[in-house]
Amino acid sequence: MTANKKKLGLKDKYRYLTRDLDWEPSYQDKKDIFPHEDFEGIKITDWDKWEDPFRLTMDSYWKYQAEKEKKLYAILDAFAQNNGQQTISDARYVNALKLFLGGISPCEYQAFQGFARVGRQFSGAGARVACQMQAIDELRHVQTQVHAMSHYNKHFNGLHDFAHMHDRVWFLSVPKSFFDDARTAGPFEFLTAISFSFEYVLTNLLFVPFMSGAAYNGDMATVTFGFSAQSDEARHMTLGLEVIKFMLEQHEDNVPIIQGWIDKWFWRGNRLLSLVGMMMDYMLPNKVMSWAEAWEVYFEEAGGALFKDLERYGIRPPKYVEQCPIAKQHVSHQAWATFYQYSQATNFHTWMPSDEEMDWLSAKYPETFDQYYRERFTFWREQQEKGERFYNNTLPQLCQVCQIPTIFTEPDDATQLSHRSHVHEGERYHFCSDGCCDIFKNQPEKYVQAWLPVHQIYQGNCGGSDVESVVRDYYNINIGEDNFEYLGSPEHQRWLEWKGLNPAVAPLPKAS
Amino acid sequence: MSLVYLVLQDNDNARYLVDGITHDNPHAVVQHQPAMIRIEAEGRLEIRRDTMEERLGRAWDVQEMLLDVITIGGNVDEDDDAFVLEWKN
Repeated sequence: MTANKKKLGLKDKYRYLTRDLDWEPSYQDKKDIFPHEDFEGIKITDWDKWEDPFRLTMDSYWKYQAEKEKKLYAILDAFAQNNGQQTISDARYVNALKLFLGGISPCEYQAFQGFARVGRQFSGAGARVACQMQAIDELRHVQTQVHAMSHYNKHFNGLHDFAHMHDRVWFLSVPKSFFDDARTAGPFEFLTAISFSFEYVLTNLLFVPFMSGAAYNGDMATVTFGFSAQSDEARHMTLGLEVIKFMLEQHEDNVPIIQGWIDKWFWRGNRLLSLVGMMMDYMLPNKVMSWAEAWEVYFEEAGGALFKDLERYGIRPPKYVEQCPIAKQHVSHQAWATFYQYSQATNFHTWMPSDEEMDWLSAKYPETFDQYYRERFTFWREQQEKGERFYNNTLPQLCQVCQIPTIFTEPDDATQLSHRSHVHEGERYHFCSDGCCDIFKNQPEKYVQAWLPVHQIYQGNCGGSDVESVVRDYYNINIGEDNFEYLGSPEHQRWLEWKGLNPAVAPLPKAS
Repeated sequence: MSLVYLVLQDNDNARYLVDGITHDNPHAVVQHQPAMIRIEAEGRLEIRRDTMEERLGRAWDVQEMLLDVITIGGNVDEDDDAFVLEWKN
């Protein structure tokens, strides 16, 4: 190559990086070098059509990432040095971080592993470079998240063993199995699952309104790592959209395959986000927007524009998307009710909302909260005030695909639990929805292998003969410290001490 | 026409970016939310290097926006002179 200009423009720099540094193999068959490129049925006729609109080259990548890290660590240091944990809105808030650290940060690591693997599998250099940068980004995310939350681990319970818990604890199998599923797919399905469905369509719901909520609750450390990570996501989302357009433009035979993946991964992501819905509506003491409002802005509006744009390729909105406008009014309440009942088996605390919080929920969910949830929550609060805080000692039925207990209701009847089942080779499998049941039917040989926490406990594979010993010994949750109700917990008492209220004298705040 | 959007961290850099963007995109709507600024617009939104350089009084690389952006919606096209977000239908 001959460089004509003294200083290369963005487009030229990117072209030299992603085209001229690649070569055609001379003594090995390309199929042997990239053995996973064909088996999914995706046809690529011209890798040169791959385009990264940001046209980021390695020198700029390191420069900007280094600057982001410096800003981030300056803030993390300031937060720690100034005892930032004492100025958050309320100690209840930290419970959302416990869920984040066990449920989301290890998935960043899984995303790193996934991109490192698929980046090796594409014969197009542009795709390899993009996957390499994203793999490094994801590794940065898990590291910065662990660093940020290590400060909370010094002052709060339940954050001490997140990696171990991610592999074992019942509700953490929901995000874990999502990424396990994506990583065990072929390289093109992985990109559709993570770059497109997860990054483009769904991560905004976690990293934008929830992080804005973290800021609003005084958590400078979390909002900073969240927005710093999300600044990389802006690139990832762009890549996700380009990946989809690239595959669709390469060959018409790709369209039905990709549509199937979009259907599957939209539904899986939608189920996974139930946890985030609950974090937004119940775990942020100072509220920014409701889950339903966030869903409207970041899914209905943004996703609507996206699928309108993809229409020209013959792509339609994901299957069962019409159930979402109903579900957004219910999922956060259903998820919180579930965690409230099973707090004996979690590394974080739960509580019933105060009267003021219930009024906020009524205002935000005028069609559902008072009608379906307020009475149940008020009853539980009354039980608690009588000293009979409710814990459910029966382990729940899990969905074979999303691994969430079958807690969701029918789209057309909020008084009926949604339950589907299907017989495969003489075994009956259970599901939370038509969406998850369809996913199973398309790939039963994959999902029969699911490691379902409840089944594993009953089969004796998690040690112990009762829930308490599983929670204590297999999960490494400290009984009486990490789990159970928030009110009266050691963490609640410590918070009162910090705030100058003597927990020995101060009566426990009433639940209302 | 669909909305494109850009969300920035609410920091000192963002003041200049928001100022430049609203100058070049009079149809853009700016919303302030805790710790972030959301800018949305019908169809198209651009950040221009020359406008930014005029405001900052120094050379400005379009890729510097990567430091402050939180999320975007729309098809991206970036070169040395501008960052463009667009829905083409």
